[in-house]
Amino acid sequence: MAADQAKVDPMKQFQLEPLFGSENWKELAGFDIAFTNSAMWMAITVVLLWGFVFGGMKRELVPGRWQMAVESFTGFIDDMLEANVGKEGRKYVSYIFSLFMFILFANLLGLMPIGVLGLHPFTFTSHFTVTGVLAVLSFSIVLIVGFWKHGFKFFTLFVPHGTPVPMILPIALIEFFSFLIRPFSLALRLFVAMMAGHVLLKVLSSFVIDGLNAGAMTSIIVAIPSFALMIAISALEILVAGIQAYVFALLTSLYINDAEHLH
Amino acid sequence: MPQIAQLAEFWSSQVFWTLIFFGLTFFVIGRGMVPKVMGTVELRDNQIKDDLAAAQAARDAADQQEEAWRERENENRVAAQSLIADAKAKAAAANEKKLASAQKRLDTKLAEAETEIEAARVSAMAEIEGVAAEATQDIVARLSGEKVDKRTARAAVKKALTNA
Repeated sequence: MAADQAKVDPMKQFQLEPLFGSENWKELAGFDIAFTNSAMWMAITVVLLWGFVFGGMKRELVPGRWQMAVESFTGFIDDMLEANVGKEGRKYVSYIFSLFMFILFANLLGLMPIGVLGLHPFTFTSHFTVTGVLAVLSFSIVLIVGFWKHGFKFFTLFVPHGTPVPMILPIALIEFFSFLIRPFSLALRLFVAMMAGHVLLKVLSSFVIDGLNAGAMTSIIVAIPSFALMIAISALEILVAGIQAYVFALLTSLYINDAEHLH
Repeated sequence: MPQIAQLAEFWSSQVFWTLIFFGLTFFVIGRGMVPKVMGTVELRDNQIKDDLAAAQAARDAADQQEEAWRERENENRVAAQSLIADAKAKAAAANEKKLASAQKRLDTKLAEAETEIEAARVSAMAEIEGVAAEATQDIVARLSGEKVDKRTARAAVKKALTNA
């Protein structure tokens, strides 16, 4: 049946495929490091991000539009760290900027409508293996900075000021677990948000295709409203792409603040 | 869900390439380029701050100079006014002196003229007396044929003149 052939698999967009015959690359101590479509889009992200920032490096006294755009991003990250961490936050601008822009570009690139050209955009932030690596990196920085600056006093992070003595143990336990959960929540939040949006768009697009195939009546009842909804949700997804990148960067800077200042 | 279904097969590739490409982002863009961009911003902020400070300093200097100019101007005005007052006073004094001397000259002239007139009057009177006495002698001689001496005639004339 025609309807079966036209069926859209909403999960296929997350499929990893080795490119350039790299299935059998086992260069790193026997680990499989095939260059997949995910890695390909990371490369594209890095190149575009480099191009974006490079365009802002003209170092003119009176900035052009491009330089203004890049400077507003660095200024945005700088302000965020200044507000959340304070003066010490300055040295994390490089990391938070990289994190924010890497995620932002990845999220936005995944939404590019290049499917009409026959290409398949891939959102690598919809893979928890990728977001997990980023979250672990952020969490490691928090741990390293915390223990470097405060030594074992870092554990006082788990006992907020003014905790009554009998409550110290249970509260410390709760705080400790919430601390340990941070990298997971950080990774899962981004991965889930990106995946949910893309699945929703694919499901709606399957409604459009199936509705159009099934005849004039379903076209009007199903396909057209679904298409309208897709447009609206695409706009929402662009917003989500920015918000999730911002949330990731913001939470990382808040955790770094904990490590810098304890409570 | 491919994220889980392909986990065993691709997790190492995903982790590896994420580290590679995020590492590139961090070291090339984050460490290499962002400080330069922020340096430019800082440079500009400093320049603006310096320019504003210079403008403020220039304005202060201008204000100071204006103040000094105003003070000088006021002093000059005061000096000019005192000069004018001096000149006025001096002129008034000179005028008065001149007027006084003129008055004195006029007074002496007047007095001289008066004495002259007096003298003229006296001499005129004497002449009139003389003429009147001679006329009286003549008149008496013609009317009565009697001779009157000069002294009597003169006394009679004097008498008549003072009575007149």
